Amino acid sequence: MAVGINDDPMMPRQFKIQRLKRDTVDTFSMELKPVSDPKEFNFLPGQFNMLYVFGVGEVPISISGDPTKPEKLVHTTRAVGNVTNAMDNLKKGQTIGVRGPLGTSWPVEKAEGNDIILVAGGIGLAPLRPVMYYLLAHRESYGKVVLLYGTRTPGDILFQKELENWRSRLDLEIHITVDRGTGSWRGNVGVVTNLIARAPFDHLNCTAMVCGPEIMMRFSALGLQKRGVDGKDIYVSMERNMKCGIGLCGHCQIGNIFVCKDGPVFRYSDIREIFTRREF
Amino acid sequence: MESLAKVLTKHPFLQGLDQRHIDFITGCGKNVVFKQDEFLFREGDEANQFYFIRHGKVLIETYIPEKGPVAIQTRQSGDVTGWSWMIPPYHWHFDARAVELTRAIALDGKCLRDKMDEDHELGYLLMKRFATLMAERLEATRIQLFDMYGGTTKT
Repeated sequence: MAVGINDDPMMPRQFKIQRLKRDTVDTFSMELKPVSDPKEFNFLPGQFNMLYVFGVGEVPISISGDPTKPEKLVHTTRAVGNVTNAMDNLKKGQTIGVRGPLGTSWPVEKAEGNDIILVAGGIGLAPLRPVMYYLLAHRESYGKVVLLYGTRTPGDILFQKELENWRSRLDLEIHITVDRGTGSWRGNVGVVTNLIARAPFDHLNCTAMVCGPEIMMRFSALGLQKRGVDGKDIYVSMERNMKCGIGLCGHCQIGNIFVCKDGPVFRYSDIREIFTRREF
Repeated sequence: MESLAKVLTKHPFLQGLDQRHIDFITGCGKNVVFKQDEFLFREGDEANQFYFIRHGKVLIETYIPEKGPVAIQTRQSGDVTGWSWMIPPYHWHFDARAVELTRAIALDGKCLRDKMDEDHELGYLLMKRFATLMAERLEATRIQLFDMYGGTTKT
C-alpha cells in the first residue's frame, strides 16, 4: 500500500469537510476531501494525522476510515478539549489543516494467516476500524477475526450500524459489553477484559491489537497473556500529548521512545514497562 | 441431552476433582430452566444454590429506590454463578435475572455445605475454585470502578 506523506511534514494541507456525522452524544466523525491535488489520501491502519483547526490549534487524531478507499479521509473524535470542541463546531464546507499520515501502523500484513483478535475500549474502536476494513477486504488471508468491544453505556457504542452489519456476518465474531447496562440493553454487562476469557481464537497463532485507555490496554494484555498469547503477538496503540508528530519536539517522549514517531502502535512486549512504571 | 454427570465432569470449574467428588456434586444437582425476566435468585433471599449456566444470559443486578434496577455484570454459558451459599449468613446480596431463556444446572448448596464440613478435602478443593472465581470477579469489578472510558483516550 503506497503511503503519501507531504514533502514538508510540518506544513498542513487544506482539506474541506464533506460530511459530518454525530456518532454519540460527544463523539463525531468528519469526512474530509483535499482542497488541492493529490485527491487521494493513502494511509495504513493505525496511523494518525495532526488536525489543525485554524486559529485554535492542532491535535493528533487517528484515522478511522477505510484504507482501501483513499478518496475519503475519515476521522472520529470525541469533543474533550479546546481544539476538539472547536472541531465539533465546524460546519460542512469549512476547511481544516491536515499533516500526515504519521506514525506506525497495526501489523495487518505480518498477521496474515493468524487469528486476529481486536480489543477496543470506548473511542479506541475508531483507530481499529481501519483494521476491520482491511481484514474484510482481505478476509481470505486470515483465520478467525474476533472483535471485543467495551464502552461505558449502550449510548456510547460507536459505529452501531457497522457493528450490526459485522455481527450478521458468519466469518466475524463480534462481542460487545458495557460497564453500565442502561435502558433496554440486553447484551453483556461488565468490563471488556471479561470477554477475552471466552473469545474463540488459537492463542498460538494469533495477533491481538488492543486500543483504548491505557488502563484498559494493560488489563487486556494481561487477559490475553492469561489465555496464552505471547506478549510479542500483542500490539497496543499509545496516546501521549503530541506537538510536532515527527519525533522532534519531545512532547510525547517516554524514556527513549517517541510515541509519534516510534508509535503510536507498539508491540506490547517492547513497552510493557511503560504501563506500570509511575515515573512514565 | 447430555447427562448432568457428563456436563459437570467436562466443566472447567470442576477439572481435576476426583470422580467420587464429581459424583457427589452431581447428586446435588438438577436441571433448571428460567424464562426471560425470571429471577434465579433475589437479594435478601436465603442462598441455598449456585448455578452452572449451560445456555442463555443472566444479569446480576441490584435495585436502587427511585432509580430502579442497576445492572452490574452478566453471566453466560459456561459461567458459574452464586457464592453466597457458602458464606454466612447465606443470603443473596444481589438479584440474578435471566435476560433471555436460560438453562442451568442448579446445585444444592446446603447439601454441599454440609458435605464440605464433613469432607475437608472436597471443601478445600471447592473453596479453592470459588476463591479463584471471586478473585476474577473482584478484579473485574475493580476495573469497572475505574470508569475508564470516561476520560480522554486516543481518538
